[in-house]
Amino acid sequence: MTMNHYRWRKITNVLMVGTATLSATLAALALIAVLAFVLVKGVSALNADFFLRLPTPVGVPGGGVANAIVGSLIVVGLAALFAVPVGLGTGIYLSEFGDNRFGDLVRYLADVLAGVPSIVMGIFAYIIIVARQGHFSALSGSFALGMMMLPAIVRTTEEMLRMVPNTLREGALALGVPRWRAIVSVVLPAAAGGVITGIMLAIGRIAGETAPLLFTAFGNPYWNTNVNEPVATLPLTLFTYAISPYDDWQSKAWGTALVLVGLVLIANLIGRRVWRNVGAQK
Amino acid sequence: MRDANESRAIQIEELTAGFGSFTAVRQVSLRIPPNKITAIIGPSGSGKSTLVRCLNRLHEEVRGAWMQGRVRLGGHDIFATDVDPVQLRRRVGMVFQRPNPFPTMSVAENVVAGLRLNRWGRPAGLDDRIEESLRRAALWEQVKDKLHVSGASLSGGQQQRLCIARALAVEPDVLLMDEPCSALDPVATFKIEELMKELAEDITIVIVTHNMQQAARVSDYTAFLMMGEDRAGELVEFGPTDRIFTNPSDKRTEDYITGRFG
Amino acid sequence: MIRQLSRPHRNRGDRIFQGWTWLMAATVLALIGLLLYELVLGALPAISRFGFGFLTGQTWNPVSGQFGALPAIYGTVVSSLLALAIAGPVGLLAAIYLAEFAPPWLDGPLSFLIELLATIPSVVFGLWGLYVLVPVLRSPIETTLHNTLGFLPLLGCTPLGLGMLAAVAILALMILPYVTAVARDMLRAVPDDQREAMLALGATRWEMAWKAVVPYARSGIVGGMMLALGRAVGETMAVTMLIGNRPEISACLFSPSYTLASQIANEFTEATTDMYVSVLIELGLILFAVTLILNGIARLLVWRVRSKS
Repeated sequence: MTMNHYRWRKITNVLMVGTATLSATLAALALIAVLAFVLVKGVSALNADFFLRLPTPVGVPGGGVANAIVGSLIVVGLAALFAVPVGLGTGIYLSEFGDNRFGDLVRYLADVLAGVPSIVMGIFAYIIIVARQGHFSALSGSFALGMMMLPAIVRTTEEMLRMVPNTLREGALALGVPRWRAIVSVVLPAAAGGVITGIMLAIGRIAGETAPLLFTAFGNPYWNTNVNEPVATLPLTLFTYAISPYDDWQSKAWGTALVLVGLVLIANLIGRRVWRNVGAQK
Repeated sequence: MRDANESRAIQIEELTAGFGSFTAVRQVSLRIPPNKITAIIGPSGSGKSTLVRCLNRLHEEVRGAWMQGRVRLGGHDIFATDVDPVQLRRRVGMVFQRPNPFPTMSVAENVVAGLRLNRWGRPAGLDDRIEESLRRAALWEQVKDKLHVSGASLSGGQQQRLCIARALAVEPDVLLMDEPCSALDPVATFKIEELMKELAEDITIVIVTHNMQQAARVSDYTAFLMMGEDRAGELVEFGPTDRIFTNPSDKRTEDYITGRFG
Repeated sequence: MIRQLSRPHRNRGDRIFQGWTWLMAATVLALIGLLLYELVLGALPAISRFGFGFLTGQTWNPVSGQFGALPAIYGTVVSSLLALAIAGPVGLLAAIYLAEFAPPWLDGPLSFLIELLATIPSVVFGLWGLYVLVPVLRSPIETTLHNTLGFLPLLGCTPLGLGMLAAVAILALMILPYVTAVARDMLRAVPDDQREAMLALGATRWEMAWKAVVPYARSGIVGGMMLALGRAVGETMAVTMLIGNRPEISACLFSPSYTLASQIANEFTEATTDMYVSVLIELGLILFAVTLILNGIARLLVWRVRSKS
């Protein structure tokens, strides 16, 4: 009886460890499949024109997504321009002066902001910019994306600054350096690697966001670098092409997906490289 | 000459300080003579660090910290409302328990950090100041060929002397040392102690130490602090180091230095 | 005894600097306040027009001005819960493997893969779902199920490929790396003495993992799953591309449905009347409220585990 029970336990052990291993393998395989399809189908859609030309009308072969590449860079760049100073300042406040009720409130609401669905952020940008101005614009898209970046930047900045040992702050203060200068010239540089990594990861995350752009940046089949007008972006172009009934556009959707994933990965790798370099220094 | 020295004397009058509802030191009064080494000894928790951190007003940077009483440097009250603690700290330098060179700065940048962080741009004569400060900290010979490597790459003892050079570069009148050797090996400790004796020729040094041998070796005067009934540190005895260690007038001092408690 | 609290002296540079950082923090606060205010204000016409009936109404006819949110709410809840029902167990098992059984050299590459997948844009998952997943789903999977088990209402309708099942599948795939990563972190946070105590009692390795490690980290794992659920609820693009986009409630897994997020995404630019826009904003407000509640519970659970270890 006891022996039988023990054998049963051993069989369960083998079975369940096997199931766990299988689950991990299946998860990894399914996800590798996504990447593999993007790579294989995407590569065959790429050529020089893809990067350099404007989209052609339906039925006309050739053309590219040059306007969407530039548009994405503009929209994401502007988003960072808005979110980085605000997020950095808030993170510094929370870490250096924020041990009070106001700081707790900001911290809590930044967490709430991190959980807001991206489509809701699009509605917000629509209400306060598009509806007031009466037209779609790159600027409104950047605002929506910037709002999505904010919580991540606030959080990493605060965390990284708090990791800087207090002895460095005191060391600078003891030299007769004003507190603000100690923060800017001693504490921030010591945390710079982690902060830059956080910013790059946040940029990588929003670069692929589509939902907030649907009714803000909107899309544009032509060249546009005017931030006050609708602009094409990679995620939206990808969406439009993907749900179209034309083979040529569908193939371009895969190409766009590859370019988009590539850009997101580059942002991520830059971020991680910075972090590793800083880690090695310490 | 006499007057010049007096500007480096510190007069502590009924100093009480703490954090929140906790009192760390109570009613300490003593005169730290200029151009001498004064050691502050006592069991841990007796408020030694809090006491010296009041002398450059670093204490008040801690959240919830408070202090009252009076501290005069060269006769001027440093707690007076018109005194800018930032300016005060340029006259009263400090070296910490653990060496804390700024990790993103090179050796040379560390030395002149106090000078450069107070103004924009690069003041003239910095190179001379770097060499001079490093020489005074007895570090020049070891680092003159690696002035541009990170300060964090030096050995522990060298890092601590770099921190001393950094404090000296702003030409303070007083140097506070909060257990400067507790993270160092005996050889590095010996070098720092030799250095202190040289520096005392023209600055006032206050060293906090839990190591009585160190106090006996380096200091001219010794103050002994101990916890009172409600855990607040109080000054038990102050006097020339020779007398404190050979003929203490208070029984508690004698018990402490002979190792009978603590 | 009178205690004179000393206030840290601040020079002018310090005051300006602290003031600037405070201003940035206040900006974040103001933006979040504005977000809530504008959403409520925008939804107000719809709320006062339809009241609570909006939440239970099943008809969605913009032309006649009839709006009911129930199909979208139903679709959101069902698609997210089903996705979690798939990704939750698989993710937990994968996390147990990674935390307890995987050889150390596998750790780096697998962690990297998981983090990598967390960064892949939703619209790329949608593209993959549309052209790789849906054809496979339609035939053989859905067709076979329908032909053999079609007498069940769950599988009774015509398999179209696009529909609830496709949305569930893509959502499960998308939240899987997330569930796995959080669960693995929670399992890692379990102190080793828990494992050793269980092994010392003569437990097998599986018994150690299942009876000592998982229960210890239980509330954190549940919290991680709630966070994943919050993501699934707010997920827009991939679902919009796969769910079929029809505001109807159906028991059948193959039938086209809608979610809050995808209904907003599809109809916002087509909304012609102010009331239509307001209704869509109210959908956004409902979505926001649901994720807020889910995230709140999740954070509480995760925080409890982190503060315990």
